[in-house]
Amino acid sequence: MKYENIILAIIVIAILVIPLAMYSGLGEDEGYFGGSDDQGSDGVSETGYEPWFNSFWEPPSGEIESLLFAVQAAIGAIIIGYFFGYWRGQGKEE
Amino acid sequence: MHIMEGFLPPFWCAVWYVIAIIVVAYGLYEIKKVVDETPESKALLAVSGAFMFVISSLKLPSVTGSCSHPTGNGLGAALFGPAVTGVLATIVLIFQAILLAHGGLTTLGANCVSMGIVGPFVGWIVYKLLTKAGVPSKINIFLIAFIADIVTYIVTAIQLGLAFPEPTTMAAITKFFLIFAPTQLPLAIAEGLLTVIIWNGLMSYKPKLLNKLGAISDSELSKGE
Repeated sequence: MKYENIILAIIVIAILVIPLAMYSGLGEDEGYFGGSDDQGSDGVSETGYEPWFNSFWEPPSGEIESLLFAVQAAIGAIIIGYFFGYWRGQGKEE
Repeated sequence: MHIMEGFLPPFWCAVWYVIAIIVVAYGLYEIKKVVDETPESKALLAVSGAFMFVISSLKLPSVTGSCSHPTGNGLGAALFGPAVTGVLATIVLIFQAILLAHGGLTTLGANCVSMGIVGPFVGWIVYKLLTKAGVPSKINIFLIAFIADIVTYIVTAIQLGLAFPEPTTMAAITKFFLIFAPTQLPLAIAEGLLTVIIWNGLMSYKPKLLNKLGAISDSELSKGE
């Protein structure tokens, strides 16, 4: 199907936009859009457990953290793009 | 699915490390074998790892109003099996543990077992069975990605429940699972669809290689030509 990937991409976008629309106007201060990983950690802390080891290094701010996440995504995207471009240029597989 | 640094008692860190190290060592052996036998598969290995890099860096909003991230572990599992996926996941998890304080070095073993090994393993079994049954790979790849994602979080819930069995182990596992599951469900569907998109690309460029790796059946290969 010619437009299959585009349709799939639109569905993915819809899945991600719906929550933004549902909770429009609400933010972190109201307890929205936090990470479920942190909620898992909170579930552990409720039992009175104290972590016995801390990270050697933490991104000093949200800005730096988003920088590093963007770097991670970029590394992956470059590699995927490189090989797909290479294969496309190669033409049909022998 | 990231259990944060220090959030598992040392005993459980060690248990999961032992399991992870055994499987990852076997995965390294399998990588060597597949690259020796099929040198072209190196590129697919890189793409599988890169896909996991991209997908697991995206923290996505979900209908529960929380964010979580997909795992990207289905593609590698479909192509190379769960042990190799364990190796790829270890690379991603080390990057995130050291640079992002996301996950941790003490919990690396546990996170590797959930995202790199058990999640992909369960998805991979389903994938193999359905491929044998003649189900088109497009459906199978969606399912492996969806299942590997969900099972990853089930395993994380079990790991936390075992380490913090209050009031009982089962109640704790349920508690942690309910923290993750509702948020994860729509994201696992999105991850499945994204994996289908990249699969469509691979199918159009490298069907023979996918067949050689056992990821698509002979009949599907001949149908595509």
